[in-house]
Amino acid sequence: MSASLVDSLGPHGGFILASYAAVIIVLGGLAFAILLDHRAQQRALAALEQRGAGRRSERKSP
Amino acid sequence: MASLIDLANPTRFMRLAALLLPWLAGVAALCLAVGFYLAWFVAPADYQQGETIRIMFVHVPAAWLALMFYSMMALSALGTLVWRHPLADVAQKAAAPIGAAFSLICLLTGAFWGKPMWGTYWVWDARLTSVLVLFLIYLGIMALWRTLDEPSRAGRAVAILTLVGFVNVPIIKFSVDWWNTLHQPASVLRMGGPTIHPSMLWPLLILAIGFTCLGLALHLGAMRAEIMRRRVRTLTILEAERLDRLAAVQGASA
Repeated sequence: MSASLVDSLGPHGGFILASYAAVIIVLGGLAFAILLDHRAQQRALAALEQRGAGRRSERKSP
Repeated sequence: MASLIDLANPTRFMRLAALLLPWLAGVAALCLAVGFYLAWFVAPADYQQGETIRIMFVHVPAAWLALMFYSMMALSALGTLVWRHPLADVAQKAAAPIGAAFSLICLLTGAFWGKPMWGTYWVWDARLTSVLVLFLIYLGIMALWRTLDEPSRAGRAVAILTLVGFVNVPIIKFSVDWWNTLHQPASVLRMGGPTIHPSMLWPLLILAIGFTCLGLALHLGAMRAEIMRRRVRTLTILEAERLDRLAAVQGASA
């Protein structure tokens, strides 16, 4: 972050930049967490289906 | 247009969500890019607040979305308890962290605006306190989801808590009218129209649309992950039952 940008925001530039940093960190972290969760579930589902856990023929009661 | 009943089929919902997600993300990116350009390079500094008006462009949409996601959760709670819609509690569970994130952004950006403008990061006035309560309710709902293993039981418990917590939503909205607060009264969503100059109102509205599309895209993504988690859970249970049966047959034949 260049000093000129902070200067152009006046005496409260630090508060403005801190606000935008909070938005980026919170929403970026949330999006990243959702993406990781999505991929983890996709992997788990693929592994289970590969083992045949999803086949209807295997759900018959004895 | 798919009806709510059509969307009760998770497979159909997954297909529709996969189609909608890129469009929502694209509109969000476009609106956020245009909105931030207008907010930073076109909108003037406020005659009283100076450059700290730039904080309002993220603070206000975050506050709106914190309330919008809670209202969506309350509707989903009705869907769980009254209509027993299969995706209602999925929608509710997926919305909680997103609403919590927007509440947190609202609180943090409000504090960063409050210090230079009010001389303090925090005051226990009705608006700030009720938004803090909203954030805590979101955390409580997320914690309750983790407490109960069975999704349908957890869904009903969370639905009741969500509906009880909904009483806080009108309190937040009207707190600035009902009590004498340090927080200023509504200046956009009010009778008689907005009091903000169009040069600041337009960037604010465009950013609000952008953040809404972003929030909805995150919600669809989180719902897809939750549907897959439930399928993984069901398949794991079925696989365990199959292995139990196999072990019993092998034990009997030995």
